[in-house]
Amino acid sequence: MQLEFRSNRDFWAGIMLIVTGATAVIIARDYNFGTSLRMGPGYFPTVLGSALVLFGLYFVAVGLKRNEKIEGNWPLRPLIVLPAALVLFGLLIDRAGFIPALLALIVGSAAAGTEFKLVEVLLLAVGLTAFCVALFIWGLGLPYPLIVGW
Amino acid sequence: MDLFHNLIFGFEVAFSWQNLLYCLIGVSVGTLIGVLPGIGPLATIAMLLPITFNVAPVGALIMLAGIYYGAQYGGSTTAILVNLPGETSAVVTCIDGYQMARRGRAGPALAIAAIGSFAAGTFGTLLIAIAGPSLADLALNFGAPEYFSLMLMGLVAAAVLAQGDIVKSISMVVMGLLLGIVGTDVNTGVQRFSFGITELSDGIGFIVVAVGVFAIGEIVANLGDPEKRAVFTEKVKNLMPTMEDMKASIGPITRGTLLGSFFGVLPGTGPAIASFSSYMVEKKLAKDPSRFGKGAIEGVAGPESANNADAQCKFIPMLALGLPASGVMALMLGALTIQGIQPGPEVMTTRPELFWGLVASMWIGNALLVVLNLPMIGLWVKLLRVPYRLLFPAIMAFSAIGIYSVNNSSFEIYLTAIFGVIGFIWIRLGCSPAPMLLGFVLGPMMEEHLRRAMLMSKGNPSVFFTRPISLAFLIATLGILIVMIAPAVRRRRVEIAG
Repeated sequence: MQLEFRSNRDFWAGIMLIVTGATAVIIARDYNFGTSLRMGPGYFPTVLGSALVLFGLYFVAVGLKRNEKIEGNWPLRPLIVLPAALVLFGLLIDRAGFIPALLALIVGSAAAGTEFKLVEVLLLAVGLTAFCVALFIWGLGLPYPLIVGW
Repeated sequence: MDLFHNLIFGFEVAFSWQNLLYCLIGVSVGTLIGVLPGIGPLATIAMLLPITFNVAPVGALIMLAGIYYGAQYGGSTTAILVNLPGETSAVVTCIDGYQMARRGRAGPALAIAAIGSFAAGTFGTLLIAIAGPSLADLALNFGAPEYFSLMLMGLVAAAVLAQGDIVKSISMVVMGLLLGIVGTDVNTGVQRFSFGITELSDGIGFIVVAVGVFAIGEIVANLGDPEKRAVFTEKVKNLMPTMEDMKASIGPITRGTLLGSFFGVLPGTGPAIASFSSYMVEKKLAKDPSRFGKGAIEGVAGPESANNADAQCKFIPMLALGLPASGVMALMLGALTIQGIQPGPEVMTTRPELFWGLVASMWIGNALLVVLNLPMIGLWVKLLRVPYRLLFPAIMAFSAIGIYSVNNSSFEIYLTAIFGVIGFIWIRLGCSPAPMLLGFVLGPMMEEHLRRAMLMSKGNPSVFFTRPISLAFLIATLGILIVMIAPAVRRRRVEIAG
């Protein structure tokens, strides 16, 4: 049986756990470890991080033995576009206001899907934004400017 | 008749028009998300949490609880009509429910699901009212070692009973514990893992993690695997089950309710465990097991009752001990904390209106759900036709507004984006994120109790074994581990997964 690393599910889960755990342990070296009687701020993170590394090693071994494939694909488009739309929302809400931020988020999110019909998306963006303004700004009184400078 | 007086007090609280309205909103939203595939109760509660900030604690809790158990009802509707579990606990209902629908018996299937859920909900509510206060009394004697052992038991149970690989689930619990200690150390004031970022000095907000992983991560996964939805278009008629249906369902409903209640109180058991066990029991007890999978009404009545009883009883450890038994309960706990209420056994005596009002509202909510679900079934079915491409931008919008409004912080929006990516990677690597959320919520509490226990015992770990209640929890933890790792059970787990 040929080992295929790229799609070996448990192998990569193990690597993920090892990297996370090791990072935690390395950073926690700067914190006082203390003793079992008086545990310092470094005690818990070091123990947990080491545990993660051990679990990670176990899964690397399991991955090499069982060689199970990752189920499903890696949809790069939504994986990049959705977080980007959120970041855009974060940037715009402080600088441009509630309405522009929300419009950008909705149109941006819709662009992550496979079907993008411009007219439909614009209608959705306007309708949803109006609904959110009515519910959150007028209804619940969240104190955000609709459009900065207006 | 203390219980009686308390219940009357609870109904007085729940019957105020505001609280009735919150209950109605909660169960309607719950049914909605149960019907709509692709959004779970966890993500919904997380993104709607901020809306409840302006509401009094009782109302907020009533509404959130309504969303949660409402979703259990809604999930059965899609399972029966579309063969699509709108919610994980409805997976089992698909098996016989959809077959009933295909034979033109969608009406009785829906009705029995609703009746079973109502019976289970009523029993569950009563159990909370009876068991909650005594459990809280017991918990008032708990010291740091007892709490630590109890949380350990909860986390192990959560990891072991979650679907998928046990060791991976335990790793995810540890991952959650680690994420939970980001921020200022309460004992020494030292900043841990905050990388000099001011926003991280208070730790990572659990709404950020929950929405990132469960809403954003899920959307990415859903967009990656476009689903095929075949809506059952025939009109639902003849809602009333026959006398025979009723007779056949009484046993399964009773057994399902008891099973669900048992699993409900047990911390960490996923929602599918209760309904699956009930299905297995009914199939074993049936005179003619071959009917199962071909539209046996027992296969709908039992599991639907079980998952609803399970949902209700999950509130017992949360309300009585301040210990979240599931991801949703972790969010409820967070909602209480944000409202300025320190969850734990004291809540029942210091804020009785909260406990008894919630208990009474649950019964009202269950009754409302029967009314909402049966006559209005046509409306819910229509909602099924809303295409996902219109749905997910709306989820994104609500999530973003929800997170931003907690602290008015753009940073938390960016963090949510990051957790969305991480959550998706976890899903693909087969690392289930639900145990992680439990560890995340319990992490800081566990560390504190561990430190306090060790101070108490002058650094001697035997303190966890010499105190009887703590020892009992540890033995139970060990028991759960042994039973679940045993080969017979492992085989069963494969069946559940498959």
